[in-house]
Amino acid sequence: MKEIVVISGKGGTGKTSITGCFAALAENAILADCDVDAADLHMLLAPEIISRTDFISGNEAVVREDDCTGCGICREKCKFDAIEVTPAGKYRVNPYSCEGCMVCVEVCPVKAIDFPPNHCGEWYFSHTRFGPMVHARLGIAQENSGKLVSTVRREAAAKASELNRDLLIVDGPPGIGCPVIASITGASLLVVVTEPTISGKHDMKRVLELAKHFSVPALVIVNKWDINPEMTAEIEKDTVLAGALPIGRIPYDRAFTVAQINGRTLVEETTGEAVENITTIWEKVCRKLK
Amino acid sequence: MRIAVASGKGGTGKTTVAVALAMASSEPVVYADCDVEEPNGSIFLRPEVYKTEKVLVEVPVINEEKCTSCGKCARFCRFNALVSLGTPPLVFPELCHSCGGCAIVCPADAISWTGNTIGEISLGKADGGRVSVVQGKLNVGSVLAPPVIRQVKSHIPHDGFSVIDCPPGTSCPVIEAIGESDYVLLVTEPTPFGLHDLKLAVNTVRELGLPFSVVINRFDEGDRGVEEYCSQENIHIMVKIPHRRAMAETYSRGGTLLDGIPEMREVFKDIPRIIERGIEEK
Repeated sequence: MKEIVVISGKGGTGKTSITGCFAALAENAILADCDVDAADLHMLLAPEIISRTDFISGNEAVVREDDCTGCGICREKCKFDAIEVTPAGKYRVNPYSCEGCMVCVEVCPVKAIDFPPNHCGEWYFSHTRFGPMVHARLGIAQENSGKLVSTVRREAAAKASELNRDLLIVDGPPGIGCPVIASITGASLLVVVTEPTISGKHDMKRVLELAKHFSVPALVIVNKWDINPEMTAEIEKDTVLAGALPIGRIPYDRAFTVAQINGRTLVEETTGEAVENITTIWEKVCRKLK
Repeated sequence: MRIAVASGKGGTGKTTVAVALAMASSEPVVYADCDVEEPNGSIFLRPEVYKTEKVLVEVPVINEEKCTSCGKCARFCRFNALVSLGTPPLVFPELCHSCGGCAIVCPADAISWTGNTIGEISLGKADGGRVSVVQGKLNVGSVLAPPVIRQVKSHIPHDGFSVIDCPPGTSCPVIEAIGESDYVLLVTEPTPFGLHDLKLAVNTVRELGLPFSVVINRFDEGDRGVEEYCSQENIHIMVKIPHRRAMAETYSRGGTLLDGIPEMREVFKDIPRIIERGIEEK
C-alpha cells in the first residue's frame, strides 16, 4: 500500500479542500483525517460512521483529597506546575497542566494519588461516497494528539489491507510539531499545499526541512497562485532548492468556499481552471507514486 | 492586560489580528509569538533582534559505571524515552518530557541531566521600540512545542499590555499559550470549516473559563453560519474584517491589516479598551 500525506505548515492554505478533491479523483483509495485537533474533511465527505472506538492514552494523576496529608512533596517534584493548593490546604492536580508523568504518584508518601487511564477522544471507521475513511476527534484540551494520529494511520492501514485498497490518502495537521511528525514518518509521499505569501513561503520551507529530516519525498502545490505571481515563482524556486518538486499551481477561486458551503469537493461542484489544474496535479501525483 | 489571539482552524488570520492589535495601539506592548511551530509575527513586525537564547530541556544521562541495569527507569518512563533490555538504558532525548521520574526511581543514583536544545527564543523591538517582540521557534524535527511556549511566556511581564499569537488547534500547545491570559479573541472565517473549528475553540475557552469574543475575518466572503451561531450562543462579535483582494495582496508581501485596510486602525485601537470595560463590568 502507498500512503500520501497532505500537509502545509501554515494553516488555511487549502489542505482539506485539495485532499477532498484527491479523494474524489482517486480509485480504490482509503481516506484518513489526521488533523485530529480540528478535523474538517468529514464536512466535505459526509462519512456514515460504521464503528466508533474510545481513544485511551496515557494516564492522569488524581489526588484523593481525604487521604492527602498536605505535605506538598508532589507539588515540589512536579516539573509542570500542575499541582495546586486547595482551600483546605491540601493538593489537587490541574488536569490541563498534568502531562501524566507519574512522578507525583511515585513520591507521595501516603500513596494518595490515583493514576487512572485517560480518555482523550475517539476514532471512527466510516463509509463515504469515495470509499472508506478513518477519522477521529480529540477531546477538548487533551494531550496525546500525536498518539491519536498514529492510531488513525495504523487503523487506516489495517483497513486498507483488509479491504484490498492500495492507496491511503491522509489529510494532515498544520505546523511541524508532534502531530505532524506522527503523520509523516514512513509515508510514501508528501503533498505540501502552500500559498504565495511570505508566511506561506516561510512555513513551507520548515515543512520541507522536516520532510528531508524524515527522508520522505515531497511535492509542492501553490494554491491561490495568482494572488502574487512573483512570490509563486520564488516558492517554486525554493522548493527545488530544498530538494522537493513543484507539481502545479491552482488559481484563487471563490468556488472553493461555495463547494465547502454545499458540502462538496470542488471537482463535484464545478468545472474550470482550478478543477483542471487539480486533475492534472492528481495525475502527476499518481505517476510519482509508481 | 494580556490578550490571547487564538483559533481552532489555521489560516483564519490570527497573526493578522495580533499584529494589528499591537500596531494600532499607542502604548508600549509586548507581542509574544507562541505559534512556535510556524512563528510568523516577525514577518510583519520586522523587529530588530537584540538577543537570542536557546530553549533547553533537561534529558537524562546514564552513568554506566553506577547503573546496575535494573530497568526501573525504563519501566517508570511514561513517554518511552528510556529503553532497557537488561543493559544500561538507551535514552531517546526527543521523547523525553523532562519529568525527572527516572532519576527519582533509580536506586543506584546513576542518572544526571544534560540540556537538549529544542528551540530558540529571540527578543526584539519594533515600531521604534514601542513594541517588544518575543518569538519562540521550535527546531525542525523536535516534537515538544509546550516547553518553547513556556519560555516565551516567561519573558512577558505580568502587568502592562501584551498580545499572544497562539498556535492553531485545541490541544496542549494552545492550552499552554492561552493559560494566564485575561481575555481571548477567537479569529474565524465565515465558512463551514471556520464555524466547525470555532465551536471547538469556544468549547476550549469555556472549559478554561476565560472571557472571549469572536473576530470574523473576510466576513463578506462566505455564509452567515458563524454569525448565526454567535447570536444563538450569545457570543459577542468584536470585529468583522472585510474581504478585499488588495488586502490579500498586501498580506502576501508582508504588509499588515492596517496597511491593507487603513480604516481598521481606529477599530483595533479601541479593542483593548472595550475588553477592559467588559472585564470590569463582570
